[in-house]
Amino acid sequence: MPPIIEVKNLVKRYRKSKINAVDDISFSVGEGEFFALLGPNGAGKTTTISILNTTLIKTSGQARLCGFDIEKQAGEVRQRIGVIFQNPSLDRNLTAEENVRFHASLYGLYPFRPIFSLMSNSYKEKVFELAELMGIRQEIFQPIITFSGGMKRKLEIIRGLMHNPRVLFLDEPTTGLDPASRRNVWEYLQNVRRKESTTIFLTTHYLEEAESADHIAIINKGKLISYGTPEEIKKDLKIQTPTLEEAYLEIIKNHDN
Amino acid sequence: MITKEINAIFTIAFRDLIKLLRDRARVLSGFVFPFLFIGILGSSLNATIGENLGFNFLTFIFTGVFAQALFQSSAAGVISLVQDRENDFSQELFISPISRYSIILGKIFGETLVAYVAGFGVLIFGFIIGVPLTLTQIAFLIPAGLAACFLGGAFGILVLSNISSQRTVAQIFPFVLFPQIFLSGVFNPLIGFLLFFRGLRRSLTRLIWSVALTMPRVLFFPR
Repeated sequence: MPPIIEVKNLVKRYRKSKINAVDDISFSVGEGEFFALLGPNGAGKTTTISILNTTLIKTSGQARLCGFDIEKQAGEVRQRIGVIFQNPSLDRNLTAEENVRFHASLYGLYPFRPIFSLMSNSYKEKVFELAELMGIRQEIFQPIITFSGGMKRKLEIIRGLMHNPRVLFLDEPTTGLDPASRRNVWEYLQNVRRKESTTIFLTTHYLEEAESADHIAIINKGKLISYGTPEEIKKDLKIQTPTLEEAYLEIIKNHDN
Repeated sequence: MITKEINAIFTIAFRDLIKLLRDRARVLSGFVFPFLFIGILGSSLNATIGENLGFNFLTFIFTGVFAQALFQSSAAGVISLVQDRENDFSQELFISPISRYSIILGKIFGETLVAYVAGFGVLIFGFIIGVPLTLTQIAFLIPAGLAACFLGGAFGILVLSNISSQRTVAQIFPFVLFPQIFLSGVFNPLIGFLLFFRGLRRSLTRLIWSVALTMPRVLFFPR
């Protein structure tokens, strides 16, 4: 089966910068895979995700998602991805449901209607089902300004999954969440992955979240310095039976030296 | 494809209308603005200069303020994309599978709806203070108002493409807006301008129209 994400010799250099933020990286992600891109701050993780989700233009190299070129066929790519950004991208002037409705209409899932009661029954059912699953059923008609950080994250996940994306990009999705909310979010995401075969592309600083990944790529100073399953990443290190965090720190240290 | 883009344009436009209706201060300012300019400036100019010259300054300023209210509201609305960018909401817009032009058209259309709320305030106030308007004249105000909104939106895009923060918008907006007000003759008849200002007016008008005229191609080349 061809990979769902294919990156070849990807380079990104920002204007007025003398170094590459992403420096000639190549990797691929299989369909339905849980893939984690790890690296310290400023390593190029968000830049890579931004290129793959079409919000940033690459300097050179190739990247394809679901077989579509991310620049020449950006519309096709956008139709097939969901993104949970590092910073919540919700409209604070709207209610939670209005944010979801706005998203669903932008993606052409349902014809836009100015009020909830005029939306189709299938939309209403889907919203209630997702809100119930994420534990925000009672608050779905409340304004976003009344939401806690955890509730906003859950809402973003509901919104990001409304159009059944083939690939879900999660850019540090649990930053700022308490342990209970983090567990809740991950249980739901893993459930979605199992049921829908959604590919999950994760960047995170919580390395325990990447322990169950199928493949991990470690990036440092824009370069891909390690790639493999968690077990492959851990072996060939001097430490005996390292945790993923220990292995990660060792790999970064070796690369910096 | 086209239906999807139209659906997206309506969605983006309606969001702006919801935001306006939830912003009481903005709705209120839509009514205070005509009160200040038509009620105070217009009536005093009419009483001091207009009556001596046999010129109805009240009607003159009313039509100018009507167009200005629509122009300013739609320009400010399009520029509010800066706010969306700072709040990270623009990310949601830019990863959606719609044309970038649909985003701008939706924004202009939405702010046109918002601007008509301000225009309605001007119209009501005009009636209250007795500006003489026939039904035909009111009917003509609708397409004229649409043109003002469209140009305001184009002007907003010009400003938006050159600034990156709300703070800069707050500092710069009056400086780019006031020349528009005076050079378009909102409060003053367009006669007796110095050569320099005549040239400036012509250049600004051309610049805004050139942006506005690139918009229709969006309908034919959506992506």
